Amino acid sequence: MGLPRWIRSWPVYRQLTGSDPAGLGKAVRSPRTEALRPRVSTADKVVKSVCPYCAVGCGQNVYVRDGKVTQIEGDPDSPISRGRLCPKGSATLQLTTGPARMSTVLYRRPYAVDWEPLDLDTAMDMIADRVISARLHGWQWEDEHGARVRRTLGVASLGGATLDNEENYLIKKLFTSLGAVQIENQARI
Amino acid sequence: MTVSDHDPAAVFGHDPAAVFGHDPAAGAGYVPGHPPRMGFFTDTSVCIGCKACEVACKEWNAIPEDGLVLTGMSYDNSVRLSADTWRHVAFVEQRRPPVPWGPGGDGRDEPTDVDVLAVAALPTDTPGEWPGAATVTVPPDGPGAPGELRWLMASDVCKHCTHAACLDVCPTGSLFRTEFGTVVVQEDICNGCGYCVPACPYGVIDQRKGDGRAWKCTLCYDRIGDGLMPACAQACPTESIQYGPLDELRQRADARVERLRDAGVPEARLYGDSPDDGVGGAGAFFLLLDEPEVYGLPPDPVVTTRDLPDMWRHVAMAAGGLVGATALACLTGRRGRRP
Amino acid sequence: MAECHPVGFQWVMEAKARGATLIHVDPRFTRTSALADVYVPLRAGSDIAFLGGIVRYVIEHEKYFRDYVLAYTNAATIVTEEFRDTEDLDGVFSGLDPETRTYDFATWRYEGTRVPPGPAGEQDQDREDRDSRFEAAATRKAARGEAHGAGGADVPGRARTDETLRHPRCVLQIVRRHFSRYTPEMVEEICGVPRATFLRVCELITSNSGRDRTTAFAYAVGWTQHTVGVQYIRTASILQSLLGNIGRPGGGILALRGHASIQGSTDIPTLFNLLPGYIPMPHALASRDLETFLRAEGTAKGYWGDMRSYVVSLLKAWWGDAADESTDFCFDHLPRLTGSHGTYDTVLAQLHGVCKGYFLMGENPAVGSINARLQRLGMANLDWLVVRDFSLIESATWWKDGPEIETGELRTEDIGTEVFFLPAAAHTEKSGSFTNTQRLLQWHGQAVEPAGDTRSDLWFTYHLGRRIREKLADAGYRARMNLDEDERAVDRDRPVLDLTWDYPTEGVQDEPEAEAVLAEINGRDAEGWPLSSYEQLAGDGSTTCGCWIYCGVHADGVNQADRRKPGQEQDWVAPEWGWAWPANRRILYNRASADPEGRPWSERKALLRWDAERRRWTGPDVPDFPATRPPDFRPGPDATGPDALAGDDPFIMQADGKAWLYAPAGVVDGPLPTHYEPQESPFTNALYGQQRNPVRQILDGDPEYLHPSDGDPGAEVFPYVTTTYRLTEHHTAGGMSRWLPYLSELQPEFFCEVSPELARERGLEHLGWATIISARNAIEARVLVTDRVPPIDVRGRRLHQIGLPYHWGPNGYSTGDAANELLHLVLDPNTHIQEAKALTVDIRPGRRPRGPALLALVSDYRRRAGITEQTGREM
Repeated sequence: MGLPRWIRSWPVYRQLTGSDPAGLGKAVRSPRTEALRPRVSTADKVVKSVCPYCAVGCGQNVYVRDGKVTQIEGDPDSPISRGRLCPKGSATLQLTTGPARMSTVLYRRPYAVDWEPLDLDTAMDMIADRVISARLHGWQWEDEHGARVRRTLGVASLGGATLDNEENYLIKKLFTSLGAVQIENQARI
Repeated sequence: MTVSDHDPAAVFGHDPAAVFGHDPAAGAGYVPGHPPRMGFFTDTSVCIGCKACEVACKEWNAIPEDGLVLTGMSYDNSVRLSADTWRHVAFVEQRRPPVPWGPGGDGRDEPTDVDVLAVAALPTDTPGEWPGAATVTVPPDGPGAPGELRWLMASDVCKHCTHAACLDVCPTGSLFRTEFGTVVVQEDICNGCGYCVPACPYGVIDQRKGDGRAWKCTLCYDRIGDGLMPACAQACPTESIQYGPLDELRQRADARVERLRDAGVPEARLYGDSPDDGVGGAGAFFLLLDEPEVYGLPPDPVVTTRDLPDMWRHVAMAAGGLVGATALACLTGRRGRRP
Repeated sequence: MAECHPVGFQWVMEAKARGATLIHVDPRFTRTSALADVYVPLRAGSDIAFLGGIVRYVIEHEKYFRDYVLAYTNAATIVTEEFRDTEDLDGVFSGLDPETRTYDFATWRYEGTRVPPGPAGEQDQDREDRDSRFEAAATRKAARGEAHGAGGADVPGRARTDETLRHPRCVLQIVRRHFSRYTPEMVEEICGVPRATFLRVCELITSNSGRDRTTAFAYAVGWTQHTVGVQYIRTASILQSLLGNIGRPGGGILALRGHASIQGSTDIPTLFNLLPGYIPMPHALASRDLETFLRAEGTAKGYWGDMRSYVVSLLKAWWGDAADESTDFCFDHLPRLTGSHGTYDTVLAQLHGVCKGYFLMGENPAVGSINARLQRLGMANLDWLVVRDFSLIESATWWKDGPEIETGELRTEDIGTEVFFLPAAAHTEKSGSFTNTQRLLQWHGQAVEPAGDTRSDLWFTYHLGRRIREKLADAGYRARMNLDEDERAVDRDRPVLDLTWDYPTEGVQDEPEAEAVLAEINGRDAEGWPLSSYEQLAGDGSTTCGCWIYCGVHADGVNQADRRKPGQEQDWVAPEWGWAWPANRRILYNRASADPEGRPWSERKALLRWDAERRRWTGPDVPDFPATRPPDFRPGPDATGPDALAGDDPFIMQADGKAWLYAPAGVVDGPLPTHYEPQESPFTNALYGQQRNPVRQILDGDPEYLHPSDGDPGAEVFPYVTTTYRLTEHHTAGGMSRWLPYLSELQPEFFCEVSPELARERGLEHLGWATIISARNAIEARVLVTDRVPPIDVRGRRLHQIGLPYHWGPNGYSTGDAANELLHLVLDPNTHIQEAKALTVDIRPGRRPRGPALLALVSDYRRRAGITEQTGREM
């Protein structure tokens, strides 16, 4: 007591009066060091997830604080991966939160030399119109032999294979109902 | 001379264990009952070179990218440990001259390594046959057997030495010994003086460009303080990187070497495990399948502060440095940094 | 596996630590080879010879697991007298129609059985005209074999057997003769694998198989991406069936798939030839109505016998109340196939102006698909293109900075394609399930809301469908767009308007609830309660189910894919982590883990056993078999579907309950695997006069050029073999890796891998540049000289192979040319998958020419090799 707090926290004071006269460890701990906590321990929530890269299906824990993902690492509970991740899986935080992610719609008019911005709602409406016309353009009731086909060859889709099952289900359901048959994904590639 | 047959007396003039014991945390002011010394045992015999450790380390510690350079050193494009690479996976392609597999050619005599990259660098009109420029033959004994290609991979990291020269020379108290016996840079203290850089016998610690401060592996001091594994060890798919109390790791490593030797891998050896070596034993040690130099590791690292006449002068210097640095901090409010 | 599935490889390392022997067979020495006990380099494209050689070894040395083979395979079944093997016909089987380049399966059948009806079977006997022959060929080209996904084609009738296995026409004897010339000497000649090494592999595999031990095969696209890819897997299946390594712990043939839900995207397929659960898409010629379709596609015995329940429940899930008896359950709402509509056919349809609009959702064909230039030219011929991805991948920007702009083939101002780029949400920003490579569904929860305009594909598809349906239901819109010009317009739009499309949405962005979609996939009973098993599905319209093999994933209204009981609190099967289809079974065909009487083959390899007291199958895994059917059960003569399975028929998806050493129907390029040279090869076929797979798929209207093979003039212009592959540090076409600094710095540039000897032969310098040329295109790469891609001695010649990782393209943080520029569109006829793993090229030092000079270089090579439009297209 007696001495001001700033003096007591002064490393030299701690060095000269404490158990670390050489100033190698305890005496020289900085305020930042004293306050250090891993950000996984201070997360608001941990969301159970799965690595989005290959098909091993490693478990991931996604740590969130203030509405932002702060860390993604292996889930030790997973009997598949036991908390481990490869370099790609370990880079998931950069994949999902890195600056390479685009966050706005871009539009290129026919024959234009560059992109222009476009509102998402307008883009969705334009795409819906285009699906309807291309579907009509490529519509076939019968093939060349007269067999009923009731389909369109005007619209095609190629999906990646990192989509969710639920997403693939809606894609297949919607596009099949539109009569599209050229629905494909990475599994063929 | 191998790593473990160093004469410690030749280095320190006395038994280093007598100075610090095998508990460097105690020598740094942590009272009895502090946590056991924690470290890494990197078993390169099960490393698959995936580099998960490099990326997991970078993600956790938010380390900047270290430049895009195709080095041609096999699949190693991070080259070395640096301020921006705290885990580094070395890739070593070794070839022994091919031998005919079949009657009369057991290929067991005089295996001599051929440096593949040196061969590649020869002018294309080099006359005659190149050394061993022939197809890889497959002998019956698997990788590592004579006549076959061997691809060594090893994840290097800061050794967290028992006698840490970086710590000894740091004038600001930025480098410090933690209660786990590890050696950590405090980024709010470091003033970028750079004394630690040449002090490290392994060339680990390094100053970051555009920042000036020194950076290196912290053995995830923040994580281990909360009972978590360091990021690299947690990610490692094959448990090549093992984290735990050093005593336990050393026992595990001894058993592993013995097992490998029994299984016909006589070249298995430990590196950095012995408290009697030039740095008093490393907190991060390795199981290697060849000489340390092959992996880019110094064969006989010695703590660079061994010539200090006695410990007290060293202490006085450190204390003086601290006084000076702290006084400067009081005057300026923030230590200057090198550009 | 260490290279591309490092975390899965931890289990291989565990096995190694417990004494397992690891054998790695690969043209290049990878990170897996580095940890293997035995590394076997072989010539790319020669695996059937290698595996066939092991099959021969197993049979000739009687190393097969006789009890297993007799009880559980079709080894004893007798094949019809009309069958002719490749040994009889110099490399082709009986039934080949050279004009259509397809096989008729009629002569391949078991004696005493009929040819199955429908597309997988014989031609219509009443229509022997030319048209019908071509039509039958067309149906076979529509990837029907793949439609059997989890099982083989039907084999109606009762086959004859010979339990002594001596009958000259029993399957085992046919297989023995078929592979009789695949000797160690021949393996050495074709694969370049020394006899001693080959024999060592044979000994290791056979000594580690049988009652007490099992051997597993793991493969990836190194096996599938060939003109004979399916037959690679078939060879492994024959071998594993002979050795008794299927349905048992530590056995199997394990496909290591490369994308988080690539298994899911075949189960719930965004694939042209399939409906959910491997139900084939109806074909115009064999699917007039639901009954015809079921007759053509179902089987009499096994679980495919219940196909009606699966199909009707699916139609109910999609078209709800509109689907009932009176509407044939809306079966006519499904569009019909007439041939192949695979992704490469789609590219040609774009080039021919048929396909006008294209969605790319998380896919980058401008880099990731073969003949990447053709992909871009196809896109340049579209009216519109929608790209949904994280970043501006090459497939989104080719119109302004693609390679064809540089060569002058395309001019931005002349390209009419309208392009929409929509940023996609990441897995952390949406909820949903992935199905991993072991058929395990795992749920990922939403952690944060997607930022800005980023949205999930669930959001995109749902809201696009909602808008289209609103527009089609709007009379004013219909009039404006002239939608009603066709008098059948209402009929045309019925399937869209009848669609059940009312998913609940949540959050600020009206995100559809993914779990509601999963609940639809799972299915409901007549009262709307969730079903728990596909055995509850009915064919009368009283149940709904969006994917029958996923039925049970939402049992009791609980998201079973989200179960996360820690592995350390469970046994080794860990059944309470996620949910595996079907019925949470972790090892398929696990009835085969016990002998015909229901006792484990050995205690060491025990999994299931028949508990006579409790009268049920027990063990740590869910039985892949009717749970209470005793081993001695024998079905009545009229039994159909699952009821027709005997108590010792483990292969419950097969029409005869047996593992097929010989496929009497369904595999379009032969009942047995046969070594053919790749489409482009520097060697002639050492085994047969037939050089290549006679029924490999060559697309109609394919504008590209193919190389001459060995023996044809000009073959020497492309003297080297190249193979493409992945690196640990990158992911496929790079969309999820090349934009990341942390991954880019680890493998910063495109490179090719060559041996020191090839480097000397061609004057290539380590870290210098090389240009690699095919008749399609030329690319440049930095040179890595390494022993890891060893030259191989084949038929007295030394072959150099060139390794090409295919991740790169011109965009992103780490850039380079795309290896896929070099590849051609000749495909496996079963799966329509490309031959990315073996083709010929030339390599020379230095960078590739820029601008039109690049085209001149490629055309000069074509001229030197004398390549015409016909080259390489002969049967």
